[in-house]
Amino acid sequence: MRRVPAPAPRSAPVLVLAAIGITFLITALPILAAGANPFEAYYAYVVRPLTSGFTAVEVLVTATPILLTGAAVAVAFRAGYWNIGAEGQLLAGAIAAAGIGMVVGGLPPVVALPLMIVGGALAGAAWALVPALLRVRFGIDEVVTTLLLNPVALLLVNGLLHGPWRDPVTGFPESPRIAPSAEFPNLLERSRLHLGFLLAVVVIVAAWYVISRTPAGLRLRATGLSPVGARFAGINVTRTLLGAALVSGAIAGIAGVGEVAGIQNRLTGGLSPGYGYTGIVVATLGTLSMPGVALAALFLGDLTVGASSAARSLGIPSQLGAVVQATLLLTTVALLAQRRHSAARRAAADEEGGASTSIAAEVAPG
Amino acid sequence: MSFLIDLLAATLRNATPLVYGTVGETYAERSGVLNLGIEGTMYAGAFAGFVTAWATGSPIAGLLAAIGVGLGAGAMMGLLTVTFGANQHVSGIGLTIGLIGLSEFTNRLIFQGGELQRIQPMQTVNPLATLGDPARVLDQHVLTWAAFLLLVPAAWWLLQRSSFGLELRAVGENPEAADAAGVSVVRTRYLALMIGGALMAVGGAFLTLALLGSFTLDIIAGRGWVCVALVIFGRWRIGRGVLGALLFSLIFSLQFRLRILPEFANLPFELLLALPYLVVIAALALSGRNIAYPGAYLKPYRRT
Repeated sequence: MRRVPAPAPRSAPVLVLAAIGITFLITALPILAAGANPFEAYYAYVVRPLTSGFTAVEVLVTATPILLTGAAVAVAFRAGYWNIGAEGQLLAGAIAAAGIGMVVGGLPPVVALPLMIVGGALAGAAWALVPALLRVRFGIDEVVTTLLLNPVALLLVNGLLHGPWRDPVTGFPESPRIAPSAEFPNLLERSRLHLGFLLAVVVIVAAWYVISRTPAGLRLRATGLSPVGARFAGINVTRTLLGAALVSGAIAGIAGVGEVAGIQNRLTGGLSPGYGYTGIVVATLGTLSMPGVALAALFLGDLTVGASSAARSLGIPSQLGAVVQATLLLTTVALLAQRRHSAARRAAADEEGGASTSIAAEVAPG
Repeated sequence: MSFLIDLLAATLRNATPLVYGTVGETYAERSGVLNLGIEGTMYAGAFAGFVTAWATGSPIAGLLAAIGVGLGAGAMMGLLTVTFGANQHVSGIGLTIGLIGLSEFTNRLIFQGGELQRIQPMQTVNPLATLGDPARVLDQHVLTWAAFLLLVPAAWWLLQRSSFGLELRAVGENPEAADAAGVSVVRTRYLALMIGGALMAVGGAFLTLALLGSFTLDIIAGRGWVCVALVIFGRWRIGRGVLGALLFSLIFSLQFRLRILPEFANLPFELLLALPYLVVIAALALSGRNIAYPGAYLKPYRRT
């Protein structure tokens, strides 16, 4: 079987490194505005979190949800399905986890935990189902439909917390605590690192294996590169897209389970500060490959932990972390697009024919 | 009666940021660019407007600052999606994350998380005040009057009747043909994005400069996404989009008034607020393949 070339050619990591360099140049401005030394700041953002055991573990804790949402987004994007709805799918998973976690008090953890994980994955997939069906049945663009279901999921969370699930003891808009047997066990003493991190690693490895080593993965990649070509090759594009969308939703749902069962131990309105959107950053920086996603999620986790410590030590508001992430994302997509464009241009020049131009442009991923 | 008057007045007031945002997004999308930077652009407009008005004491200066920020945000979106031809949705989400982050960063830097600063909000004007109680519906901010009486007709005329509007729609429907006919796709899309960005930012600034007189975190609270939904609800037509904004605002204002009453306290108002999104998705599902997206929606255009 011939391998379809991956949409991430070898120079992609170099490009991301260039984007990191450009990002540091650009973000030197706000750092200077905060009255700090940019080099000290980069040290605090990137290196210092790794210098102590406690903060290094916190990097893994922070990376856990975005490892999962990053993998979720990458699976969908790889198939050419633009799932912008990981945020809503994560919240759907969180709702399911809290709902299950509150009623499984009588069950031992070996039963309760798998129930929650599977329930959360199913809820995430269910939240992804309608946009996916609209796309494959009617060709309705999924960017807007997946995006618009994010605020709906947040409203559903708030509706539950202000209504049936409001904590009867405190009266706060938070759900009651989930049963102790439904809480994710901690992986390390005196840390917040929980079972969810292990789940994330398993999901990433499994997704890597399926995408790069199995027929289903080949169908996924082929569909992403060229749906028309994939159809000619006898691939059921409809099923592939639907599958990618649902798996993507399920993975995002598991991220929600981890936040409920591993961190909050209840459903809260502020459960996710946009982990679903950060997943888009992670997937793009990881150039849609699973090892890339893992690296990108760890890097952003590192930056986030560094940002909160730099806020205390250097007086740089921690919100700069979001600015760095966004600048990194935008620089990367711009560089990737520029490279794609030059490639198309070269192909056109090689062929010396007008017809090849449009074909090259259409086959190029993205 | 007084309830109805207050409700209608609130509907016009709350629809104002949505009208600016929806018209702005319509311009971007009709030129062929889905601008998901809208949420962040409104946020940055709200913050820049407030902080400038706070520093200078002039709401007009605040408004101008918001317009400047909106033009910049639109140009940034143009740089990414038009000049580089990058993914529109990824660029838009990135722009939103970045603009919200930058606003909150600057907010923290200037105010150090201290107590909430306030400005004197813009005054309302009521030309028909002499008509007594019912005229209170028209007791609105200048920005609200401008939205309905100036912006909507002018934006409609510019888009549907002027040659610029024709070019804008042409590059959004068929950029290759427009390019062949001598219309600069790059220039037109940049202009559409910058006009749109300025309008989105004014919509955001309305909240801080006129409605509240202060800036709080999460001030836009998804209004940008509502506008994205309203543009589709209005099928990329300005008039229908504005109608959608009024409808949503009516529901929003109604639930706001009902939920403080004890007998309605337990109704699931969040369901009402989810309506615009669900209605749009249902409408898309019902119209099926017949939905008339702008032809070049989500497609970058670059000469090779």
